Amino acid sequence: MNSITSYARIKNNSVFVNGTLVFSADTNLNITEFLSEAYKKLSISYPKYHKMDTLCKLGFLCAEFAIQNTPFLEANNLDSIGIVLSNSSSSLQTDILHQNSISNKEAYFPSPAIFVYTLPNIIIGEIAIKHKITGENAFFVSEKFDSELITNYCEMLLQNNTTALVSGWVEINETNYDAFIFLTERKENINKNTIFKPLNKQIVTELYNT
Amino acid sequence: MDALIEKLKGQIIEQLNLAEVKPEEINPDSPLFGEGLGLDSIDALELIVLLEKHYGIKIEDPKDGKTIFQSLRTMAEYIKANGKG
Amino acid sequence: MSERIYITGIGMISAIGNNVQESFLSLSQLKTGIGKINHLTTRYKDDFLAGEVKLSNTDLMDLVKDNSPDLNRNSYLAMLAAKEAVINSGIDTKDGLRTGVISSTTVAGMGKTELYYKELFEKNDHLNVLDTHDCGDSTERIADFIGNVDYVTTISTACSSAANAIMLGCRMIKNGLLDRAIVGGVDALSKFTLNGFNTLMILDKEWCKPFDENRKGLNLGEGGAYLVIEGETALNKRNGKPLAEIIGYANANDAYHQTASSPEGYGATLAIKQALDMSNLNPSEIDYINMHGTGTPNNDLSESIASKTIFGEKVPKFSSTKAFTGHTLAAAASIEAVISVLTLQNQLLFPNLNFTTPIKETGLIPETQLLHVPINTVLSNSFGFGGNCSSLIFKKI
Repeated sequence: MNSITSYARIKNNSVFVNGTLVFSADTNLNITEFLSEAYKKLSISYPKYHKMDTLCKLGFLCAEFAIQNTPFLEANNLDSIGIVLSNSSSSLQTDILHQNSISNKEAYFPSPAIFVYTLPNIIIGEIAIKHKITGENAFFVSEKFDSELITNYCEMLLQNNTTALVSGWVEINETNYDAFIFLTERKENINKNTIFKPLNKQIVTELYNT
Repeated sequence: MDALIEKLKGQIIEQLNLAEVKPEEINPDSPLFGEGLGLDSIDALELIVLLEKHYGIKIEDPKDGKTIFQSLRTMAEYIKANGKG
Repeated sequence: MSERIYITGIGMISAIGNNVQESFLSLSQLKTGIGKINHLTTRYKDDFLAGEVKLSNTDLMDLVKDNSPDLNRNSYLAMLAAKEAVINSGIDTKDGLRTGVISSTTVAGMGKTELYYKELFEKNDHLNVLDTHDCGDSTERIADFIGNVDYVTTISTACSSAANAIMLGCRMIKNGLLDRAIVGGVDALSKFTLNGFNTLMILDKEWCKPFDENRKGLNLGEGGAYLVIEGETALNKRNGKPLAEIIGYANANDAYHQTASSPEGYGATLAIKQALDMSNLNPSEIDYINMHGTGTPNNDLSESIASKTIFGEKVPKFSSTKAFTGHTLAAAASIEAVISVLTLQNQLLFPNLNFTTPIKETGLIPETQLLHVPINTVLSNSFGFGGNCSSLIFKKI
């Protein structure tokens, strides 16, 4: 049976883990300021974090909150953990930064460190690098969070070599941001820190809407 | 030279987003790559942009970065020898 | 238990031709499509070579017979290649079977957006361009152009995107969610990508030299390529004719760096190994590898090492066809899938152009001549930024 064993939600300058508010900051903070506060809350030292673009920071933090305090990484073979993420705006906010730098004729200094983040699946790369997760991965672009697409895809992967998944939605556009990451495992890991919810479209929709 | 090294420390921290590093923690003679600051290949490319942006030095072959960016001091020496302004 | 998956139609447009027939001719005559930049307006026009589709946007518009302002170069390329694949397969999307369109792109409408960039942001002009900017747009255009499509989705995983679109199509058919799918990818050239790859200093100013010791980097290309894939049941129902079979696929993450491949090619090794496992083939049963082979120092070394890890000293005949097409990013894996089908159909191995000296560390030598040899199985690799590594295995009918 495929069970969702943990999930994290970041929106409106608040972080929820398994439905419980674990961190919130002044709603006047912009996303960059808020994420920097949320990073401190995690109490980890990961210098690479500061080099990421905002989309990757959001996805990375959401994954950290979902994974922290769970036996997820120890209970699964890293080669068999997959990552499946999705969003609507791809890497648009960073694309704009790169486009601005290349259209600036007076000071033409496009940055390689910005360009590498002009692909949405770099979030997957960053999560994979942090935890040495080397299983299958995919990034979908859809208008809004499509629980059916993600659930179907996760189920297909879990039939084959994949035994566990980091999946969800990581979106930033000019007006808002929204992240939802859930962990699914093929076997139930007996641990008091985990929740067990069956993987299906209704549950995924419900967790996203909390 | 020392003034240039101090200036470079600030510029590198800014350009490479080394948020957890303080200027005084960078030893001018320690290797910039590998251990220490934990810089990678993208950082090397960013340092090439830094040289062009602040010192008007253009590097065509990324392999040249290996010798120029050995340490803060080699970088400062290179700027002294090749920089404009 | 599982349904066999057949390729029954192929379509492709790139620097080496506007359709499969033209592409086949260029490949057989060893004619590269990479040359001076003609259509893209860029500060680097005279600095870099590129594999441009040889048609202007107006030419492309005439070919799709649709002058809607909502279309851009990306959607033209996608529509043309997908339509060719559908016609080639002979499927009729009105026959009641479930058809999906699974397409990939990374650049999407960027080429058009950047043309109007200043007007868009300074004067709020040309805002309709933004409607076609999203990755999903070209997929929707394909679906509308083909008609009667039941399922549409878009994948964006950098340079392995199209391989992942092909894999998803196979899986959905095997899981009974679709009967057939039009799968592949598209990316039109843009200033955005050219300037970006230049910041990474991995563009060769001359023709790229995959697997050569003195390789300097890649040439960017553009194009679109699609396959019609069908499950055995759907194929038999309509008495269709298969062109090749897809017998293995796998994807893994390298978990090493945002853009660079790990020195040992860990993700690549995993992807190749798992694709072999799925196909029930021993490494020695692979007859030809269409490598990712971009021509960058990093990729080609890492891919060579991964190949030696899997195949030992007996690496099969291999080549990278990117010296023909340029690196077409999200279209690369489907363009190379079409080339792999052409290889299997014609028993022709298309060579690795511009090669002279083997890489010192690995000594691997790609095929440099057009070869007419028995080829039953092709392994095709595609690796992307973000550590995304995919391998596909095709089999002759």
